[in-house]
Amino acid sequence: MNTPEPFLGDVAHSPVRHHILSVMVENKSGVLARVAGLFARRGFNIFSLAVAPAETSARFSRITIVVDAESAPLEQVVGQLSKLVNVVSISDLAPKDAIERELMLATIRTNVDDRTGLLDVVGSSGAAIVDVDSHSVTLMLAGTPAACDALERELDNYETLELHRTGRVALPRLGKRASA
Amino acid sequence: MKITGAQALIKSLEHEGVEVIFGLPGGAILPVYDPLLDSTIRHVLVRHEQGAGHMAEGYALATGRPGVAMVTSGPGATNIVTAISNAHMDSTPIVIITGQVASAAIGTDAFQECDITGITMGITKHNFLVRDVQDIPRAVAAAFHIATTGRPGPVLVDLPKDLAQSMMEWWYPSTLEELDLPGYQPTVAAAPSLIEAAEALIRDSHRPVLYTGGGALKSEAWDELLAFAERTQIPVVTTLMARGVFPDSHPLNLGMPGMHGVYAAVTALQRADLLITLGARFDDRVTGKVSAFAPDAKVIHVDIDSAEHHKVRRADVAIRSDVRTVLRAWESDRVTPANLDDWWSQINEWRERYPLVYDPPTEEGPLRPQAVIEAIAQSSPEGTIVTSGVGQHQMWASQFWPFEEPRTWINSGGAGTMGFGVPAAIGAKAGRPDRTVWCIDGDGCFQMTAQELVTARAEGIPIKVAILNNAYLGMVRQWQEMFYEERYSEVYLSPDLPDYVKWAEAMGCVGLRATNLAEMRAAIDKANSIHDVPVVIDFRTDSSEKVFPMVAAGASNDDIMVHPLQRSAQ
Repeated sequence: MNTPEPFLGDVAHSPVRHHILSVMVENKSGVLARVAGLFARRGFNIFSLAVAPAETSARFSRITIVVDAESAPLEQVVGQLSKLVNVVSISDLAPKDAIERELMLATIRTNVDDRTGLLDVVGSSGAAIVDVDSHSVTLMLAGTPAACDALERELDNYETLELHRTGRVALPRLGKRASA
Repeated sequence: MKITGAQALIKSLEHEGVEVIFGLPGGAILPVYDPLLDSTIRHVLVRHEQGAGHMAEGYALATGRPGVAMVTSGPGATNIVTAISNAHMDSTPIVIITGQVASAAIGTDAFQECDITGITMGITKHNFLVRDVQDIPRAVAAAFHIATTGRPGPVLVDLPKDLAQSMMEWWYPSTLEELDLPGYQPTVAAAPSLIEAAEALIRDSHRPVLYTGGGALKSEAWDELLAFAERTQIPVVTTLMARGVFPDSHPLNLGMPGMHGVYAAVTALQRADLLITLGARFDDRVTGKVSAFAPDAKVIHVDIDSAEHHKVRRADVAIRSDVRTVLRAWESDRVTPANLDDWWSQINEWRERYPLVYDPPTEEGPLRPQAVIEAIAQSSPEGTIVTSGVGQHQMWASQFWPFEEPRTWINSGGAGTMGFGVPAAIGAKAGRPDRTVWCIDGDGCFQMTAQELVTARAEGIPIKVAILNNAYLGMVRQWQEMFYEERYSEVYLSPDLPDYVKWAEAMGCVGLRATNLAEMRAAIDKANSIHDVPVVIDFRTDSSEKVFPMVAAGASNDDIMVHPLQRSAQ
């Protein structure tokens, strides 16, 4: 995070540039700061980071980190991360072996009588309309990072008031479970 | 049994076998200082918290047991941060207890509040903010476990004042499970296939070097190292962090490599076809320009911390293990290199041509710092422990003091902390009262932490301090002379201000001064005759003296500059 890049839409288009680390951590206060601080002080760049309680119990959380593979060798990132006492396990998910999804919300300015085109975009992209008022609508898309990128490009034809993406979460494809 | 959190903390430290705490009380840690009065644990009251940290380090490095420091919240905690960082860089096992404001006040900018776990996240191996009084024993036990296992390091336990004052039901963890550290796996068994792959590289090598670092000391591998080196006849270099792990008097020991290393040690690494790297981490002060370092060498890298593998130099065989375990696995005769006669004749030529030298001293002075160090070493008993600060005097001490035993050389390596020497010597002497402890210091370093001599006198810890007083921040002066066209910027300190003899006397120590060889000998004799109070000797040394050999920062180790006396021979 030397040069923080809050999100880069083109990550999905250049799979060699990033790695997905699925990191199981103890659910203790300060753990996210330990992980983020490690990336900062070692000069490892993060494309996105998502954290939430994991399946096991309230004791653990899973952090999905998309790492810039050009900022440091993956083995260094994994080696340093695994030294954090609160990090329990690390899985390196090669993009081709992982199911990746993210959630996108976008609020678009559009008048009540001029929504047909936008509704077509919504329909063809698999997005949903989750909020509406007289001069704008809010869309939601849960999909692959590429699908989110594609919808974002479609929305370039409209006036986007706000757009927010969660960063991706990922799990190994079934039959591809491997641990780093 | 119901006891207070404060009592539980002291009891936990007793459980861990702590014999001495270096510390200084204040508001937030005050409750813990009350049960300390009833404890068998000795407390050494420092004059500045940084001193407590370095004393804990000196204690740990001299004894091999974890050092303990205890300070209050806020400025007490921030004052010890330098020592924590120093211990982190040199993998020294210390446990630091800090008081914290009461739980309810955390986050309110309360008096003497600071986020010390946040501040030290990047410079501790781990830290804990205790949130439940019942958890105090677990936190202390986990701190000692983490500090001393795997790659050692500093661990901090931050204790809110209200918890110290609360009641708890006494218990102490008796199993690793009870420490509740599901993510901590400090050791793994070294893979036999890697051990064998390394053996094959050793068998095929013609110019191998045992590149030994601090990890060899940490794993107490000195007997195995000696046996392995003697059996295989592979030359040994000992980094600044490993001095003493292999006897300097041994013919296989080439000495220290690196920026101010011995020519033969530096050049043997450069020309080697195999580096057997044992608990060393390819520090930039050893490698010089990394891309030009040991260009023909294959690398075996043994380190207990796998994050060190391939970090600086890609290893051909990387073994995650402590050094001793691997050396034991290599005891068999099948791990023997080819005939090394050619290699040794080359090395011996370098040794004969470029030994460590300095300009001969004159009887009337100024003193040669190297001669002072040699004179002290010659008059000191076997097993004398030497500490230093950071700078020219540190390099000369490493170069000219003959280290024969492990844990006799205590210095600040990775962090390069000026002022380390005096408090580290006090910690070392507290842990090894049977040993003579000399601090070889510089005048700049001495001024940073000298007040701890008050501690030494008050606590009856009779260390000896040799100030190599060249009136300058000598290493910076050397760089300005050599690389900044003799433009001396903010490096002059004065030989007389402060008056080191009066200062020593004011602190209850014996103060001596030596300006020529006769006074030097007399002062050393006098210091050696004093066993009850600390002694400080102000040695007036030559300001123009420089440390050689030298590899300029960022230069290749091939471009090593030898002492001017040897340059015509090049």
